[in-house]
Amino acid sequence: MHFKRVTLLAGHYGSGKTNIAVNLAEMLAAQEKNVAIADLDIVNPYYRTLDSKERLDHAGIRMIVSRFANSNVDIPAMPQDMYAVVDDLSLHCIVDVGGDDRGALALGRLAPKLREEADYDMFLVVNRFRPLTPDAQSVLEVVQEIELAAGLKFTGIINNSNLGAETTEETVLSSIEFGKQCSQLAGLPLVATGVEESLAESLKGKVPGILPLKLQKRPV
Amino acid sequence: MAEKVLMKGNEAIAEAAIQAGCRHYFGYPITPQTEIAAYMAKRMPKIGGTFLQAESEIAAINMVYGVSSAGKRVMTSSSSPGISLKGEGISYLAGTDLPCVIVNAQRGGPGLGGIQPSQSDYFQATRGGGHGDYHILVLAPSSVQEMAELTIKAFDLADQYLMPAMILADGTTGQMMEPVSFDFEIKEPPAKPWATTGTKMQRPHNIANSLYLDPEKLERINIERFKRYEIIKEKEQLAEEYLVDDADIVIAAFGISARIAKNAVDEARALGIKAGLIRPITLWPFPDKVFKKAAEHAKRFISVELSMGQMIEDVKLATECKVPVSLCYRVGGMIPTPDQVLEAIKEAAKEVM
Repeated sequence: MHFKRVTLLAGHYGSGKTNIAVNLAEMLAAQEKNVAIADLDIVNPYYRTLDSKERLDHAGIRMIVSRFANSNVDIPAMPQDMYAVVDDLSLHCIVDVGGDDRGALALGRLAPKLREEADYDMFLVVNRFRPLTPDAQSVLEVVQEIELAAGLKFTGIINNSNLGAETTEETVLSSIEFGKQCSQLAGLPLVATGVEESLAESLKGKVPGILPLKLQKRPV
Repeated sequence: MAEKVLMKGNEAIAEAAIQAGCRHYFGYPITPQTEIAAYMAKRMPKIGGTFLQAESEIAAINMVYGVSSAGKRVMTSSSSPGISLKGEGISYLAGTDLPCVIVNAQRGGPGLGGIQPSQSDYFQATRGGGHGDYHILVLAPSSVQEMAELTIKAFDLADQYLMPAMILADGTTGQMMEPVSFDFEIKEPPAKPWATTGTKMQRPHNIANSLYLDPEKLERINIERFKRYEIIKEKEQLAEEYLVDDADIVIAAFGISARIAKNAVDEARALGIKAGLIRPITLWPFPDKVFKKAAEHAKRFISVELSMGQMIEDVKLATECKVPVSLCYRVGGMIPTPDQVLEAIKEAAKEVM
């Protein structure tokens, strides 16, 4: 995968942004030296990039994360070093944005500098098995809401359709048409299809832009 | 069969409520249940329903009282501190014999506590939670699929027995995502001739009220209500039994604790220890019949809870203290590992073998 200096991941909440962010950060760290993952989730205090601290540390990835993440401090706090994303141009960044338009509001502060530098991608993560995004039309609504809140336009779509632990080859294959329709309706290229790593071998060549994912799991 | 969707437990509750015919939801945001309100906010306006973020939990529960009085299905949700605020309203609903569904996605307490999962509102839920002599129905789901199923059941039971029903979930079951199938047959709610829908000059006034000026009448009403509770205790107990038939050591655990305990039971069986699990699905009525039966052969019970030991009292009551009951717990938002539960089983096994 070719990365711009900054890759933003946004979408409906629960679509798999954090998992994809962690995996992309590891891929990016294999290509570049100075890599960071920025957690700008102001919506959900549960399930954060911090859950993958061990993996990210191992890959030498800097974590730009609110000091209150995964604590009992239940406020929409931003990381104190979040401006590094736009101020340190030697930094290669994956940015995990909070869900929906409400989560994307957090990008507002970074948007002017990101637009000016023009070296970013913003990918929409979609899962057709999420109840409020079952079809391309509902995905288009999410696209418009998020773009309005973020002040940034999407540049691509990652189809991450899955049924959690019950995901099979068939689950993924049944979402290819959905991915295409989203791409057409939104006028955005489909840049990848997220697939849990154990299914990646058998689905090779059958899905567009296969992106094998190692899932982050909580201990229980 | 309907295609499965991938949902958070909180979302599954909200969707199930809508499918059960609930068109009125009143809430106030609090982690870890806010997804219920968020889902209702998105969906209710599209289906002609009412979503209202009230100015407080107290306002929300009183709006529930209003809609229930008018005979419509209605729901509110919160997490532990917010449920305490609703306590007064819940007592009024029980005292007026009004059906409704209340969701508690429990978090660590007491006080403001924390935002991580807990089961320490067991006493509050199963003993009623507010002032006065009353019970509410309490259902404890342990999967996202069950979050949906039990929400629909809660509406049915509440309407049938004219009382509030609570889904006693927790931060984990509310937040975790699993595939869920909405393949439910929805029963038509029963007629509600008591509803305050206007007399149209055809009948006497219906009044939704818990105030009785005559103490003799209030006593009679209380006694009648408790006769209804006896019927519920007899007919509505629900529990899952897992490898209990020949078990020497029986774990009692509900909700998320039961999922962890089940893993530990499997590991214990692999080590040759005859362990089993009783998972209460109704916490009130407590499924004492299965516990009584298990006490005939079990040598030890272990109550696994995210509390300092609350359900353990009901296990002791149900088994009439014939068999020792020990406690395995984590609190404050922490969750036991299957290994911790396995250690408790091994410890018990050493003592009883």
